[in-house]
Amino acid sequence: MCDDHKTEQPTIVEILNIKDEAKDIKTFYFKYNLDAKPGQFFILWLPGINEKPFGVSYQDEDKFGATICKVGPFTDELFKLKKGDKIGIRGPYGTSFELKGKNIALVAGGYGVAPLSFLADEAIKKGIIVHFIYGAKTKKVLVNCDKKSKKCKVHYTTDDGTYGLKGFTTEKLKEILEKEKIDCIYTVGPEVMMKRVVELSDEFKVDCQLSLERYIKCGFGICGQCVVDDIGIRMCKEGPCIDKKLVKKISEFGKYKRDASGKKVEF
Amino acid sequence: MADLSTELCGIKLNNPLILASGIMGVTASSLANVVKNGAGAVTIKSIGPEERKGHPCPVITTWEAGMMNAVGLSNAGIDRGIEEIKKFKEMCDAPIIGSVFAFKQSLFGELTEKISTVNPDLIEINISCPNVESEAGTPFALDAKAAYSVTKHVKEKTKIPVIVKLSPNSLNIKEIAKECEKAGADAINMGNTLGPGLLINIETAKPILANKFGGISGPAIKPIALKRVWDVYEAVKIPIIGTGGVTNGRDAVEMLMAGATAVGLGTAVYSRGIDVFNKINDEIKGFMKKNNYKSIKEMIGKAHV
Repeated sequence: MCDDHKTEQPTIVEILNIKDEAKDIKTFYFKYNLDAKPGQFFILWLPGINEKPFGVSYQDEDKFGATICKVGPFTDELFKLKKGDKIGIRGPYGTSFELKGKNIALVAGGYGVAPLSFLADEAIKKGIIVHFIYGAKTKKVLVNCDKKSKKCKVHYTTDDGTYGLKGFTTEKLKEILEKEKIDCIYTVGPEVMMKRVVELSDEFKVDCQLSLERYIKCGFGICGQCVVDDIGIRMCKEGPCIDKKLVKKISEFGKYKRDASGKKVEF
Repeated sequence: MADLSTELCGIKLNNPLILASGIMGVTASSLANVVKNGAGAVTIKSIGPEERKGHPCPVITTWEAGMMNAVGLSNAGIDRGIEEIKKFKEMCDAPIIGSVFAFKQSLFGELTEKISTVNPDLIEINISCPNVESEAGTPFALDAKAAYSVTKHVKEKTKIPVIVKLSPNSLNIKEIAKECEKAGADAINMGNTLGPGLLINIETAKPILANKFGGISGPAIKPIALKRVWDVYEAVKIPIIGTGGVTNGRDAVEMLMAGATAVGLGTAVYSRGIDVFNKINDEIKGFMKKNNYKSIKEMIGKAHV
C-alpha cells in the first residue's frame, strides 16, 4: 500500500544473541536484513503485550542489533527473552542521518549512544574521521562503544567522574571544536544536551543534525501522536533525524514533549 | 473553472475534503499542517471528559485492502483539547470540527457545552466508536432511540451546528438517521469505521492489535460506506459527510454522487501521503473539467436521479 511496505504488519524474527552491555542495558541481535540507514528506527512487537520504537545500534547483511535499557514494563518483558526466542519487528521507519564532510563529531548522551554507534560504523567505512563523544551518568550504565578503527576516537564522559572525563559531553565538544575543523556534528540524547550542542554548532558555524524523540504509536505517519509544535510535522515520518535549520522551527524543542494521551510533559 | 467549494450547515469549505477524526488530529499544529496540504476542513481527534492513554500498541495495522485500528480514544481531556482548538483558530482560517465522545448522554452534553466556549465551526458527536465496547457497551449510534435522545440532549447545549457520526454497522441506518434529524441534528457523518474486525499474525498465532479487534477503514469498506450514504441521503434532508474508503478523486466523486455534501478522508493519508488532500482535489477538478461540471453542488446526489 505504501512505499516498500506491502503492509505494516510485523515480521517475526529470531533473537540471534543477547549481549550484556552495562547495568540493565543489553544489545539484542536479530536475524533479519533490516536495511536501515543510521538514525532510522524500527518497532519491536512483543505479541499480546505491547510494541515500542527503538533505534538501530548495529547492522550487517544478515542481522541487526538494538541496544536497550530496562526502564519499564515493556523492557522488563523483553529482558526475559533468550537467544532463539521470536519477536516481531516493523520498519525501518523515519528519516536518517546524512553523512557530510571528512571530519565529524558525534555527541551521544545516555541511550543516544545506540544510533550514533551505528552512524560511527558507517562513517568509518567511508573513511571519515570520527570524534565520538559519549556521556553517561556513571560508569555502571556506560556502554563500551570503542571501534577497531584508528579513524574513530571515543571520548567518554561521566557526570560523577567514575569513568573517562568528569563533566558533560558539551564541554568536550567545545574543546574539539576549538582545535579541529569539524564538518558536521551529529547528536542524540537528552534535549537539554542537544539544545546546547546546537548552540555550540552555531557559535562555531558548523552543520548539525540531531534525532528528536517523540511518543510514537503507529510509526507510519497517520495517528498524529508524534507531531511537533508549531510546524506540525511528524517525527516518525519527517523525523526523527532533522538538521538544525528544521529544529529551529520546532518551538517545543528543549521545552516539552507529549505523552500517550497527547498531554504536554515539560522537560 | 471548476468550483470545488461546498457548504456544510452554513459553513463554507474551500473544497469538500475533510480530515476525519482520529487521523493527524492530536494537536492544533498538526491540524494546521493538514490544512496546508489542502484539506477543506479538519476534525480534531475525539475529545473525552478526561485524559486517556488509549490501548497498548499496535493500535493500527494494515493489510492489502485497508487499515484496522483500535487506538482506544486516547486524548488529553476536554480542558487541554479546547486549548488546541483555540490555538488552531489563531493559526488557521479553515473550519474546524470539534469532535467529542463520551459513554454517557449527560457527559456528551457537558463536553458539548465546554467545547462550544471556544467556538469550533461545527461540533461532531462521536457516538459510533467500535473499539471501546467493553467499557462503553453498545454504541449509541446502533440504537435509533439512543441516537435520538443523545442528539436532542446535545442540541439543547449549543448553538453551534451539530454533526452526528453514525456507524456503517447499522443495517437500519435510514431509521437512525431520521431520528437524528428529528432530534435536531444539523448534519450526519456517515460514518465511522466498520467492524470491529480481526487480523492474526500466524507465526505467533496472536491477534496483531493489542486490543485484538479494531475498526476497519480504507478501500475494503468503500462500497459499504457508499451504500450507507446513499440510504441516508434518501432518508433525510440534512447534509451528509461521506466517510469510508475514499482514496482518490473518483472515490470522492462517487461519495458526492451517492449524496454526500463533503467527503471525509483518513486512511488515504497513509496510502497516499499527507498531501493526499491536494492530490484528490486536483483529481476531482480534472474529472469536473472533463465532464463539464462547474460546481460540487451539481454532483451531490446525482446518482439518485
